[in-house]
Amino acid sequence: MPYLGSEDVVKELKKALCNPHIQADRLRYRNVIQRVIRMPGVQEYIQQPILNGLRDKASYVRRVAVLGCAKMHNLHGDSEVDGALVNELYSLLRDQDPIVVVNCLRSLEEILKQEGGVVINKPIAHHLLNRMSKLDQWGQAEVLNFLLRYQPRSEEELFDILNLLDSFLKSSSPGVVMGATKLFLILAKKFPHVQTDVLVRVKGPLLAACSSESRELCFAALCHVRQILHSLPGHFSSHYKKFFCSYSEPHYIKLQKVEVLCELVNDENVQQVLEELRGYCTDVSADFSQAAIFAIGGIARTYTDQCVQILTELLGLRQEHITTVVVQTFRDLVWLCPQCTEAVCQALPGCEENIQDSEGKQALIWLLGVHGERIPNAPYVLEDFVENVKSETFPAVKMELLTALLRLFLSRPAECQDMLGRLLYYCIEEEKDMAVRDRGLFYYRLLLVGIDEVKRILCSPKSDPSLGLLEDPAERPVNSWASDFNTLVPVYGRARWATISKCQGAKQHGPELPNTASFATSGSLIPEENKETIQELPDSGALMLVPNLQLTAEYFEKTWLSLKVAHQQVLPWQGAVHADTLQMALQVVNIQTIAMSRAGARPWKAYLSAQDDTGCLFLTELLLEPENSEIQISVKQNEARTETLNSFISVLETVIGTIGDIKS
Amino acid sequence: MSDGRRWGCREGIAGRGGAGAGFPAVGAGAGGGGSLLKGQPTRILLFRGRRAGQAPLSPPSCLLSRTAMISQFFILSSKGDPLIYKDFRGDSGGRDVAELFYRKLTGLPGDESPVVMHHDDRHFIHIRHSGLYLVATTSENVSPFSLLELLSRLATLLGDYCGSLSEGTISRNVALVYELLDEVLDYGYVQTTSTEMLRNFIQTEPVVSKPFSLFDLSSVGLFGAETQQSKVAPSSAASRPVLSSRTDQSQKNEVFLDVVERLSVLIASNGSLLKVDVQGEIRLKSFLPSGSEIRIGLTEEFCVGKSELRGYGPGIRVDEVSFHSSVHLDEFESHRILRLQPAQGELTVMRYQLSDDLPSPLPFRLFPSVQWDRGSGRLQVYLKLRCDLPPKSQALNVRLHLPLPRGVVSLSQELSSPEQKAELGEGALRWDLPRVQGGSQLSGLFQMDVPGPPGPPSQGPSTSAPPLGLGPASLSFELPRHTCSGLQVRFLRLTFRPCGNANPHKWVRHLSHSDAYVIRI
Repeated sequence: MPYLGSEDVVKELKKALCNPHIQADRLRYRNVIQRVIRMPGVQEYIQQPILNGLRDKASYVRRVAVLGCAKMHNLHGDSEVDGALVNELYSLLRDQDPIVVVNCLRSLEEILKQEGGVVINKPIAHHLLNRMSKLDQWGQAEVLNFLLRYQPRSEEELFDILNLLDSFLKSSSPGVVMGATKLFLILAKKFPHVQTDVLVRVKGPLLAACSSESRELCFAALCHVRQILHSLPGHFSSHYKKFFCSYSEPHYIKLQKVEVLCELVNDENVQQVLEELRGYCTDVSADFSQAAIFAIGGIARTYTDQCVQILTELLGLRQEHITTVVVQTFRDLVWLCPQCTEAVCQALPGCEENIQDSEGKQALIWLLGVHGERIPNAPYVLEDFVENVKSETFPAVKMELLTALLRLFLSRPAECQDMLGRLLYYCIEEEKDMAVRDRGLFYYRLLLVGIDEVKRILCSPKSDPSLGLLEDPAERPVNSWASDFNTLVPVYGRARWATISKCQGAKQHGPELPNTASFATSGSLIPEENKETIQELPDSGALMLVPNLQLTAEYFEKTWLSLKVAHQQVLPWQGAVHADTLQMALQVVNIQTIAMSRAGARPWKAYLSAQDDTGCLFLTELLLEPENSEIQISVKQNEARTETLNSFISVLETVIGTIGDIKS
Repeated sequence: MSDGRRWGCREGIAGRGGAGAGFPAVGAGAGGGGSLLKGQPTRILLFRGRRAGQAPLSPPSCLLSRTAMISQFFILSSKGDPLIYKDFRGDSGGRDVAELFYRKLTGLPGDESPVVMHHDDRHFIHIRHSGLYLVATTSENVSPFSLLELLSRLATLLGDYCGSLSEGTISRNVALVYELLDEVLDYGYVQTTSTEMLRNFIQTEPVVSKPFSLFDLSSVGLFGAETQQSKVAPSSAASRPVLSSRTDQSQKNEVFLDVVERLSVLIASNGSLLKVDVQGEIRLKSFLPSGSEIRIGLTEEFCVGKSELRGYGPGIRVDEVSFHSSVHLDEFESHRILRLQPAQGELTVMRYQLSDDLPSPLPFRLFPSVQWDRGSGRLQVYLKLRCDLPPKSQALNVRLHLPLPRGVVSLSQELSSPEQKAELGEGALRWDLPRVQGGSQLSGLFQMDVPGPPGPPSQGPSTSAPPLGLGPASLSFELPRHTCSGLQVRFLRLTFRPCGNANPHKWVRHLSHSDAYVIRI
């Protein structure tokens, strides 16, 4: 590793830091300070030079000195925050040099990390806004990011800020444009028309980025386009041609574009989009052609007839990788759009020759079993599968075959009886896989009970379009993803981000990261599932809260008054509180409610308590101010341990976030 | 250009028009320190506020996006060898991270994107540039746009300082690269990326492989333009390090201006045009001493948006334009003149897009006819390519790529001129035409055997439907001295402060090249 920890380097650096000549020579001084990263044993040498550097005349010295403060703080580990230094940095926000200003923000952010980062109050926010035009693009992007945490006091101020920032929506740097967009979306969270308008404005830059020469930028932009489409499905419909794939593009971009095409389809462009997608289906890359077929399947939920026709034509190509995906698409489609059953049943005969993989076989067998009475040759196709069952390698296919054959037996007993007997015999006597054997035995015994019982159990509904809603959540409001805009969340995709942040949370109990994900997953689900997600959370961290903690109100009050606030935080909240829902949700994660104001009281308060398995007590006060749309949490702890505190807070945040989400 | 749109709460929908309406100044004492000092949060106040439990100090943590901080930066060769490795924070696992990245990248399943990857609470974000991987790692949830932009900017910067970006130049200039990184990033935070500011601190001289000579300047060479035909670009004239001026005073005053357009087109099988998209850029590479002002005059008929009209003819219309922040636009409205004082190095002056409505005819038309005998497996493809450029222009390095059905074994060809070449490779037909004159027409007849299972008897031999996997054809080409939008640089003037040197050399070049030119068959 370069200059980290090596004895000589440390010695050399110490010498350099003590040398008055070096301190006098600005350029050399600067180079020395720049080099300090994490080195043991230089703390005491570094302080004075850095403090001198903050007041230096040369701006490039102040730049490194300001960041040097953050380095110094991190070198000391968990030391106390030096109030004088922080004040000095706050006053340096007025520095003439724009880079010093931005570095001050970064440095304060690191030093005050434990307290929630640098505070942006009204004078600072306005000062930064006025300096924006002096900064370079990196500084602008960074300041826009810091401004996110400022909340204007009045509507007038809010719109003044928006007007001032308007020009940055036209910046030539995509980073600045997206940063400004995010700030607009967040500041205008109560003005949906402004949000929509901003998204219209940013359409041009986003589309330009989507066809940018840099593939990576193009990818990031496509991911954000998809994010916007979730809320405004028609937003990019007239620009559908921009999302046509070109031959030379890498795979990951093509896949994103196909997804976008699938989402922006409407009455006007459906014909062109489907034609384009059909072209992709015969692409040399099997992955890509399968993705295109699945996309057609997705569109088929709205435009069934046209899509089924295209899919049927694809079967005529007799290509294995195409046929298997088409059949899988048919399976899902028949389930969600029962009106296409007839067309699918007509298309199916002949497919079996071109399917080799497990997924495709399962889909085909399921279709033959459930809709077998409409497919003339269904028993004979299944018979082929029964003949070859010995050489079948996938247990899942055998299970599917058993069920399908039994179902078909119910509707066409004469043709199926013989081979059902053979299949059951094979499964029970010769099969090695226990699950298959058990399934066979189960069906055998079921048949012994009588045919009515079999019918009762196996003839479940053949289709249920309402289940499509589960897969396809309704339009999300812009506010649900505004805070994720211009971050890595859309680029990873929400699902992957959830797993990433979860394992991150398990590692370091990061208080910030996990809850964005849990907002995401729990937001659109029904309450029962919500509680499951919440329940998982405490397990994932090291924090274990003890169930059924008994704490008297007197004891709570005594402890509460004797402790200091360990953590304080504000969460968004809208409307009144439903005491019962909140209490129940908290109960699920083993947080007890000690006392609550009555409903509608202003300000509304609640006191909560919890204890973890090591005996550490968490006492919490929830405060809902009537005029603010936020809830303030103050947590006290009888043993000062930041780790468990952070995980406790993240649990609490999740609960409150979830309840808030359900209501809004 | 100024559609000064006001954001207001009372208008219902944010009002449009009202061009140039002055923004109300936020914070009346703008710039003055006085107003700020008053509200300066002192530490004591800060704590008192919190104990009383009033001030909402920290916002909801989901809004707390972290600063754009990177932990490490490294450059890998295309084979995964680490060329450059820099740790800015000292909080991470060391050099093997680079190896880990490469292993993850190569082992990635096909349906996942490699742009951002994740391992152990660390995000890897990378770009590919000239065959190299430029990778940044971070543990924060940063803005992907800023970070990708930073990586591209670093690539340009390294190109500026080392001459060009390649494995060779990087490994020859390791010291210079580290010095640059030290200046650009401190503790993982971007400080500055302007070539001008960096020049004050960079001491190391770049090592250039061979001395630069003006005679190398080929007619179509471009710096930086990543065309498919890498053998053309970049020419060595522009791929000269900006710093070499220190040793080489004679060639100080040069400026290169390139108008580059990327064309993506989709033509349906019946010949109708489905999509045209032109992405244009005006790029400037300057070796002039700083402080000299450049005036770029564009075609006067240049208009932006659908409604604007200029001149007598149909005009040169583009849909959207964005300019680099250093460009002064005061003469743009009246005379289409861009004014700027460029720093040394490369700079994108202007970007524009144009879609669907092209003033000039498309450069190429393809007339395919396919005969397919399913029974014998004989496939005959006749391709006629017409070049619709003006007769004086020509297209270079034209290559037609036609995917073929699986299992094509033999190819026999009849080409209309001897310099063409056609061959089979990777399941596709490649037809190379090194040079196509405007107005000319070329043709090729290709016969192939496609063995495979004969079609089902019910369908019978059909000659109409082309077999699976044939097409669409895609063309790649370069059109020197031609812009598809019609945009031209009228003049390039320098208001040059004389420092005792000869007249500056000015090079203005126009080029269009294909991004995706697809013709369905």
